Amino acid sequence: MPKITYIEHDGTEHPMEVPVGLTVMQGAVDNSVPGIDADCGGACACATCHVYVDPEWLGKTGTPNEQEASMLSFAAVTESNSRLSCQIEVTSELDGLIVRMPEGQH
Amino acid sequence: MNETTRIVIVGAGHAGGSAVALLRQYGWKGTITLIGDEPVPPYQRPPLSKAWLKGEASAESLALRPAKFYADNDVEMRLATTVAAIDRAGRTVTLADGEVLAYDHLILATGARARKLSIPGIDLAGVLELRSAADADKLKAALLPGTRVAIVGGGYIGLEAAASARALGAEVTIIEREARLLARVASTSLSAFFDAFHQEQGVAIELNADVAALEGEGGHVSAVRLADGRAIPCDVALIGVGAIANAELASAAGIDCAGGIRVDLSARTSDASIFAIGDCTHRPLHHYGREHRLESVPNALEQAKQVASALTGRKLPAHEVPWFWSDQYNLKLQIAGLSFDTAETVLRGDPSSNSFAVFHLAADGCLRSVEAVNAASEFMAGKMLIASRKPLARERLADMSVSMKDLL
Repeated sequence: MPKITYIEHDGTEHPMEVPVGLTVMQGAVDNSVPGIDADCGGACACATCHVYVDPEWLGKTGTPNEQEASMLSFAAVTESNSRLSCQIEVTSELDGLIVRMPEGQH
Repeated sequence: MNETTRIVIVGAGHAGGSAVALLRQYGWKGTITLIGDEPVPPYQRPPLSKAWLKGEASAESLALRPAKFYADNDVEMRLATTVAAIDRAGRTVTLADGEVLAYDHLILATGARARKLSIPGIDLAGVLELRSAADADKLKAALLPGTRVAIVGGGYIGLEAAASARALGAEVTIIEREARLLARVASTSLSAFFDAFHQEQGVAIELNADVAALEGEGGHVSAVRLADGRAIPCDVALIGVGAIANAELASAAGIDCAGGIRVDLSARTSDASIFAIGDCTHRPLHHYGREHRLESVPNALEQAKQVASALTGRKLPAHEVPWFWSDQYNLKLQIAGLSFDTAETVLRGDPSSNSFAVFHLAADGCLRSVEAVNAASEFMAGKMLIASRKPLARERLADMSVSMKDLL
C-alpha cells in the first residue's frame, strides 16, 4: 500500500498507508490527520483540503484542472505547489509522497 | 471536563458524526455515546443523489469515517436505536425500548425528514423518497435503461436525481407545482438555465403542475395523475418536495423551537446542557442579522465545530458564509450566501457558455449571495465579498475583463 506522509503546519509528521484508488484527502480524513477539513467530502467545491505537494513529487501528482485551479486561487496562502488533495488520486506511483498542510483551511 | 463527563449525541448523520470526530480531535476526554436510528455509522448524504446513484462511489467512500474509527476513539455506538424522550430535569434520554441513558451534555443532531404528500396512492410500491442510503439503494435498483421515472418536485434533490437517472438511461419527467424549477431556492435566471439544460438532456418538465394522486396497478405505481386530469405514466415515482426538521423530541421536552430547534452561535439551545446542530436547527445567521434554518453539509460542519469548541473550551470558530453546492451533468453549481433583502441582480458571464454567475446585491451595493455555475472564482470571491460587506460597482462586477481578485 502506498505510504503518504502528511506534515502539519507545526511540523508534526503523519506517515500513513493509503489504499490505491482513494484520494490523498481521504487518506488524511480516514486516519484522523488534523489539518485537512474536506468540508465538501471531495466534490472540489470548498477548497478546505489544500496541501503543498513536496516539489519532488509534482511530476507525479499532475496538475490542477480549471475548477481546482480557480478554487485554489482564492484559498489562503497558496504556492506554486498548492493542490486540493481531494483531486489527487492515490496510485502505486505515489508511494512515498510527502504533502504539507497550510496553517488553516478556513 | 473529566473522564466521566458524559456526552450523548442523538442523531448519527453528518452533523452528529462530525461532532464526534471534532470532539476527540479537540481533546474531549469524557465519554461519547452516538445514537442513530439508521443501522449504519455516519455517512455522507450528498453523493446519494449523485455519484452513489450512478454507481460511481463505493460504500467505503460514502462513510464519514472508517468503521474502526469509532472503536479506536472510544465512541459508544448505539445504531438502529430511536430516542423516545428527553428528561431535562433528570438529564437523561429514554430510548424506544425503555432503556435510560444519562448525560451531562446532550447534542441533538436529529436532522430533517422528507416531507410527505397527503395524496391518494402515496403508499404504493415504487413511490420513493431520497433521504437515506436505504432510500438511494431502492431508487438505484429501479433505475435501469428505459425506466420511466416521474420526479415530483423540482428542487435540488429532484434535479440531481434527474441528472443521475438520465446518465443511467432512464426516461425522466419532473413535475413541479410552482411556475419554475428551484422556485424557493434560486433566482429566476438560474431556474431558467437549469430548466433549459435539463430539457436539452432529454428531461421532460411539467411546471404549474399539481399532483392529484398516484395511480397503481397491482399495488405498484403506474402513473402520476395531475390536477388538470392528465396522467404521466411511470415505473417509479420519486417524491422530493422539501424537508421538515426533526424537532419534535426537543419541543416535547419544552426546548424552544421555531420550525427547527432554536440555537445560538455556540449551537446551544434554550437549555444550557443541550445543544443542537445541523438540519434540525433554526439558527442565527451572523452575516444576515436574522435566524433561519439551513439544510446543508457546510452548516452541519460549522455547528459541529461550534459545539465541539464550546464543550472543549476552545475559541468559537469564525462565522461562515452559508454555502451550498449541487452537481448535475457536467455542471457544478456553487451558491454562497442567502438572497435576503436584495435589490439588484448582476449577471457575469454568458449562460449559453454554461459558465456564469448571478450576483444578488442589497440596495447599498453589498453582495448578499452569488449563484455560480462552473464559475469557481466567482463563487470563492463572492463568499469573501459577502463577509467583507464591501460595496461593489455593478459595471465592474459584470465586466469579465475585470478579474474577481481585483474586486476583493
